[in-house]
Amino acid sequence: MGLLIEDKSIAVPGEVLAEGMDYLPADGAIREGENVVSSRVGLVHVDGRAIRVIQLAGSYMPKRNDTVIAKVVDVLMSGWRLDINCAYSAMLPLRDATSDYIEKGANLTKFFDLGDYMVCKITNVTSQKLVDVSMKGPGLWKIKRGRIINVTPCKVPRIIGKQGSMVTMIKDATGCKVTVGQNGVIWVQCDDPEKERIAVDTIKKIEAEAHISGLTDRIKEHLDKVSKK
Amino acid sequence: MSYEKRPDGRNFDELRPIEAKVGVIKNAVGSASFKIGKTWALAAVYGPRELHPKFLQDPAKGRLRCNYNMMPFSGTGDRIRPGGNRRAKEISMVTEKSLMPVLDLKNYPNTVVDVFIELPQTDAGSRCAGICAASMALADAGFVMKDLVSAVAVGRVDDKIVVDLDYQEEAYEDGPVADIPIAMLPRTKEVTLLQMDGEISKEQMAEALELAKKSVDEIYEFQKKALKEKYTGEQNE
Amino acid sequence: MSNIVKDHVLELLKNDTRVDGRGLKDYRDIKVDVEVTSTAEGSARVKIGDTDVIAGVKFNVETPYPDNPENGNFMVNAEFLPLSSPNFEAGPPKIDAIELSRVVDRGIRESKMIDTGSLCITPGEKVWSVGVDICTLNTDGNLIDAAALAAIVALKNARFPKYDGVKLDYKTLTDEKLKLSKMPICATVVKAGGKFFVDLNEEEEEATEAKLNVWSTEDGELSALQKGGDSNLTVEDINQMFDIAIEKATELRKFVQ
Repeated sequence: MGLLIEDKSIAVPGEVLAEGMDYLPADGAIREGENVVSSRVGLVHVDGRAIRVIQLAGSYMPKRNDTVIAKVVDVLMSGWRLDINCAYSAMLPLRDATSDYIEKGANLTKFFDLGDYMVCKITNVTSQKLVDVSMKGPGLWKIKRGRIINVTPCKVPRIIGKQGSMVTMIKDATGCKVTVGQNGVIWVQCDDPEKERIAVDTIKKIEAEAHISGLTDRIKEHLDKVSKK
Repeated sequence: MSYEKRPDGRNFDELRPIEAKVGVIKNAVGSASFKIGKTWALAAVYGPRELHPKFLQDPAKGRLRCNYNMMPFSGTGDRIRPGGNRRAKEISMVTEKSLMPVLDLKNYPNTVVDVFIELPQTDAGSRCAGICAASMALADAGFVMKDLVSAVAVGRVDDKIVVDLDYQEEAYEDGPVADIPIAMLPRTKEVTLLQMDGEISKEQMAEALELAKKSVDEIYEFQKKALKEKYTGEQNE
Repeated sequence: MSNIVKDHVLELLKNDTRVDGRGLKDYRDIKVDVEVTSTAEGSARVKIGDTDVIAGVKFNVETPYPDNPENGNFMVNAEFLPLSSPNFEAGPPKIDAIELSRVVDRGIRESKMIDTGSLCITPGEKVWSVGVDICTLNTDGNLIDAAALAAIVALKNARFPKYDGVKLDYKTLTDEKLKLSKMPICATVVKAGGKFFVDLNEEEEEATEAKLNVWSTEDGELSALQKGGDSNLTVEDINQMFDIAIEKATELRKFVQ
């Protein structure tokens, strides 16, 4: 009876996490008869009676209010179709693209051309995963230069850190500009290629070690070491 | 006649040596390698992604699509001509059906989840090795699954019930042989793949199913360990 | 159409640097393993950075071509497996895979690396055929140099199966290997932003303007060329690219075990 697995250990699908009714399944776990069973590979998190299994891998699923980095894949009559690094493409309608007045029949590629990257916000997701985005709002802009990298989307919260602490640490240590999309697409820009590489390598390191405790201290140490070189 | 000794000296209920690993293909969302004896399966998962042609899309859930393929040099005899054949198509289909019961794709309407299974080297039992690798790759890709799927061939060689037949045993000529690939959910022992060809009695078949239950538990331990080691073990090549 | 990935690679090239900090003429780490699959009579796995390919050799006994009755047959095939990249689909080989296999075939065949005369068993009746299949396991640029190296190493390590004049016994490999005279190597040089560089990863390949696959042997002879990319090359460009490719081939040849 009771808990069969340690807090902060790795569980796999079908693994019995706890026996009896003392524990409750939360996200990533299910109840099967008397047992609480893991339903994915992930990090076990025991919070009082609730057992969660935190996701460590997987593709991005669009959510309302997420800020994502998107790429124009088609220019339509009424707006733009964007790749948001997942199974579903997003639609940027004319009215949400710019506060400028767009004349009827205007050449839309003047605003956003094929291949352009942008930081945009998801405004709506339907049950069938039709996704709308907007460019109107603070911190939304078109990317003109720099490096685009991809990380596992569920590692994004660790890369950003509490109140943005982790990403701020990277920016301060390298002098790079960094924008992290919830969809796992990240923009890094710096005039010094060496510093840009340090920023990218650090992001990759966070991605690889996100599940190991003591992450913030380790990354701080890493940045101190490499930026002194 | 009686079958006294297996060609490689194994006990009748003994599996060949197993090696399992996940995260072997960087480009994939999830991937796995599963070796059992000389049979080696690789699996990679891509998706959920857009499904073409559109008429195949299911607005209620994502589709699982498996593709089993032997590399041209993976057979014990002649070169295998690349490109799908009827055998590979059938195995792809039964592989899909063996994995579907554990997967929940209702959050991914209109999409496809692709599982590509490739065999660089085979010595019988390749569809079962492929299923083991595929279920690990799906788990590695972070999908919600109610269990892994573990698979192994059991069978009859002459008067004995054996597990994990190699090619030499499948081709045994001094008595009747039956080859029975089975996939199970390790926790409940529910069967998701069952095929058989050869000659076997109902009673022997029951005995074979019991042996499969025991063997599946052993295989599951390797799968579980590999999935955990990605995050806990040494990061090695 | 804009492409900031390409723009970024070109921007770095201006300062003779690259996204991963390599010099223009540096390959990524290379790892070569032999005898990776026991069902092939020879095999090799080559990793260049995150590009990962496997090659296997199969022998057979066949009737020779009527116009070439005293020479064995040689064939190269490449499979761009959908397991190795989200951009590959299942199904018959696409033009990229066909081109790669043909360039590898020519590089090996035309260098006379394999003495096809020694593959003759009975003139006009029976000859050995040698087939190399290359399968991609993971792609991250410069597939061709990795594929070519894997094919060469697999051929070098291949051992003939036992043949009694009637039946081939694939289970018993002899100690006999292919008679090889030359050791051709493919090194690809790319031109972009007015610079020449080698071993591009997938991100860098976005910036490719023109490229040249150059096969050369240890005595510096060329055995096959293929110009690729959408831009043109001057004769001066080509001569410079030969020099780079031959130098790089010498480095790559050290990995042939």
